Amino acid sequence: MTDNNVTSGVSRRGFLKGLGVGTVATGLIPSVAPETEAAEQRPALRGPGEIPITLKINGQNRQLNVEPRVTLLDALRNRLDLTGAKKVCDRGTCGACTVMVDGQPVYSCSMLAVEAEGRMITTVEGLGTPTQMTAVQKAFVKHDAQQCGFCTPGFVMACTAFLSSHPNPTLEEARAGLGGNLCRCGTYAGIMEAVLEAAKKGGA
Amino acid sequence: MAKVDWPAADKRSLIGKHISRTDGPVKATGAAKYSYDINRPGMLWAKVVTSPHAHAEVVSIDTTAAAAIPGVEAVWHDETLKEVVYVGHIVAAVAARTEEIAQEAIRQVKVQYKVLPHQVVDNNPSLAAGNPAERKAGNVEEALSKADVVVSGEYGIPVITHCCLEAHGEVNEVKGDEMLVWPSTQAVSGYGNQNLAQGGGVAQNKIRVDCQHMGGGFGSKFNFELAPGAKPIAAILSKKTGKPVKLMLDRDLELAIAGNRPSAFAKIKVGASKDGTVTAFDAETWSTGGQGGAFNSGIMPYPLTKVPNVRIIGKRIITNRGGQRAWRAPNHPQACLLTMSALADTAAQLKMDELEFFLHNAALTDRPEVYREELRIAADMLGYKAKAHLRGDPKAGAGPVKRGIGIAIHTWGGLGHNSECDVTISGDGSVEAKIGTQDLGVGTRTCIAQVVGETLGLSLDGVKVEIGKNSPYPPSNGSGGSTTIGGISVSSRKAATDALNALLAVVAPKMGVAADALEAAEGKIRQIEKPHVAMSWNEACALLGKEQITKRGVNVPAESRTAKLIDANVGGVQMADVSVDIETGVVTLNEMVAVQDCGLIVNMKLCESQVYGALIMGVAYGLYEECIYDAKTGRMVNADMEFYRLAGLKDVGKLKVHLMTGPAYESRGIIGIGEPPAISPGAALSNAVANACGVRVPNLPLTPDRVIAALQKGGIA
Ligand code: FES
Ligand code: FES
Repeated sequence: MTDNNVTSGVSRRGFLKGLGVGTVATGLIPSVAPETEAAEQRPALRGPGEIPITLKINGQNRQLNVEPRVTLLDALRNRLDLTGAKKVCDRGTCGACTVMVDGQPVYSCSMLAVEAEGRMITTVEGLGTPTQMTAVQKAFVKHDAQQCGFCTPGFVMACTAFLSSHPNPTLEEARAGLGGNLCRCGTYAGIMEAVLEAAKKGGA
Repeated sequence: MAKVDWPAADKRSLIGKHISRTDGPVKATGAAKYSYDINRPGMLWAKVVTSPHAHAEVVSIDTTAAAAIPGVEAVWHDETLKEVVYVGHIVAAVAARTEEIAQEAIRQVKVQYKVLPHQVVDNNPSLAAGNPAERKAGNVEEALSKADVVVSGEYGIPVITHCCLEAHGEVNEVKGDEMLVWPSTQAVSGYGNQNLAQGGGVAQNKIRVDCQHMGGGFGSKFNFELAPGAKPIAAILSKKTGKPVKLMLDRDLELAIAGNRPSAFAKIKVGASKDGTVTAFDAETWSTGGQGGAFNSGIMPYPLTKVPNVRIIGKRIITNRGGQRAWRAPNHPQACLLTMSALADTAAQLKMDELEFFLHNAALTDRPEVYREELRIAADMLGYKAKAHLRGDPKAGAGPVKRGIGIAIHTWGGLGHNSECDVTISGDGSVEAKIGTQDLGVGTRTCIAQVVGETLGLSLDGVKVEIGKNSPYPPSNGSGGSTTIGGISVSSRKAATDALNALLAVVAPKMGVAADALEAAEGKIRQIEKPHVAMSWNEACALLGKEQITKRGVNVPAESRTAKLIDANVGGVQMADVSVDIETGVVTLNEMVAVQDCGLIVNMKLCESQVYGALIMGVAYGLYEECIYDAKTGRMVNADMEFYRLAGLKDVGKLKVHLMTGPAYESRGIIGIGEPPAISPGAALSNAVANACGVRVPNLPLTPDRVIAALQKGGIA
């Protein structure tokens, strides 16, 4: 099944993009293909009701049943017990749900699970483990870029993706590049130090 | 005998150091399980049905259609509820096989309301009800009439909300006569209260609470109530279905109903003499906390407790808004904003430098020397002398972008709370500390490991720390009022000291000396006088054989205070350097400094993190945050994270933190840090904006529309 087959023909969840009042997610790609693509190819309708899908997550094929309206975030958290990505705003504002899809950071609350079929999904569980952390994760711990830690997996993902496209960021680039994630505890001072240090160590 | 007193600075191996949090790796890798992340076998999802009206009589609730949806396993509605008093008031709930089904089902619950008149306006004192609170000292009228200068102003700070990133809620599993509950809470030992027990039909002592990680509380998560007064819905639904139930609030409800900081508005008159001494402070304040308590203005003029002539009248406006909850330093940020604004306006009227003014009036606080020292340090850190200018001075800038500095000072208690800890030493050398406490992000686990490790002469990894569960874990109070680190540090210090002394009693005969002659340090038990005569920690513990030593340490706050293990009352100073574009009204924070005293610091890195975090939270409420209500519909119109705006990475400017250390501060013992630095930011920002653009922007947050309106009123734009 090709990407187009799975991304179109489903009733899209009406999500809003940031309206310019919140921070702008400059590092993020739109998670839904433009409507015109969908109009060109109209495959068979899937759903309503649960349908079987296969998601390639952290290098493994995972089979699950979801209704077409289920977001990638809910599929990960509620069906596969991959709870590193967090649900906070559930509408593309905060970045707590950030995962990588085909190497690009994506708000998983704003992508349907069926849209992610056939694509390479990386969640925070696919980076390091507590005993074998990536450079970004180590830098987050060292610079205390976390308090309650609820925003941390999202920031770690955003930061990892950002550094892969900006290996030597300036302070300003880093502030802008990670502007699509929010932290309530106020760990930004540590996060900036962590990003810059992880960059020096060669990113992820 | 090892003593409980804190070791002197040159003897500390772990306490006071920059140490990374021990649970950092599980959080950074997503391995940490928060309550929201708990998935139990066969678990149901619950969602709540809420009132769309700000005030209405509940006529009837029909749940049949919802109950008939395949996958819905239980529907509950609040039979005692006759009236809803705010939009978002919970009336019913459903539990279903999936979150999506639950979402669909709540739309099928038919509630008939008889709409009643509502009132959500809080910035109008004529709407106040009941007798106002009043506090008087001296003779304010006479003092005002004799003052060299009298400055009047009106100021305000709106209702804001906690916006914890992890929503309020829990996973609840009633199993026979027992209830397992995974809540997002800041009070694990107190969470299982009588109401929760009743909801699940179990005895209170059969509630097992488990909260290993939680995503922010800030004062709003002391119990199971999703909103103040709400029923134990997850427990009820689990009892009904015999299955585990997850119920977490959706973000819109989290913002609207899960907790609100009361607003505070005031008309203030300050009387002062020519040299800047404040002689009189006269204020009328009004505020709403929804249906509940409102802002307590009795702590004004804040923190100038020694102003001789004072009159404070505090009014309360009852509104049809979500109920209030404690928000990081209850009452203080409001009192600080209102008082500091009036004081800075007084300095401006006197054409007196703001720093001079605060240095001078520090005499009217309880901690004059501390504030003076901190003011000087903060001024140096910010380069105050080179940048400062009087309000309205051309030095603010010739173009449309004006620059200014603002100052604010604050105080807080922070005495360590009641806490108990068990420390166990085993024959294999392992050490375990258990406390029924929680980690809100402060780094509780890390601090316990540091204190126990320090006491036993072990490294951080030598101590296993278990927290997050209620009884049989030793009870420890909820995390409120910046009391946790003081409380758990003393209880764990005492438990570890007693356990060590029991071990030394076993070891002493083998080493041929009295237990008094031994100490634990560097992974060894050694003679104090002849440190090279030593036994390794593991060898020493092996003498226990199969026995274990378990000792319980108890913090009794008043006793520990006398013993100088902990203390209360701190002072802090903050300064903000901002730029204001008087054409667009946009405020940009260039730099902010925080200087804070907090007694003996257990972990320098974590302590600094608390202060940075508090500053950033303060920048958010100073510049962006407000629960905006529509008077006509009674709804909160910005109950989402686009329009209820938090600060992002780009918004916070350069931040500098300085913690007061040295014998004079450290000899007081440990004092809480979480709240104090969150008090001043709004006031410092407001004063900086006034200094920059020449007029006071009376109300927070300092949004472009408010700045432009103030400039127009002041004849500047
Ligand atoms: S939960 Fe997806 S962006 Fe906030
Ligand atoms: S660490 Fe708590 S929200 Fe970022």
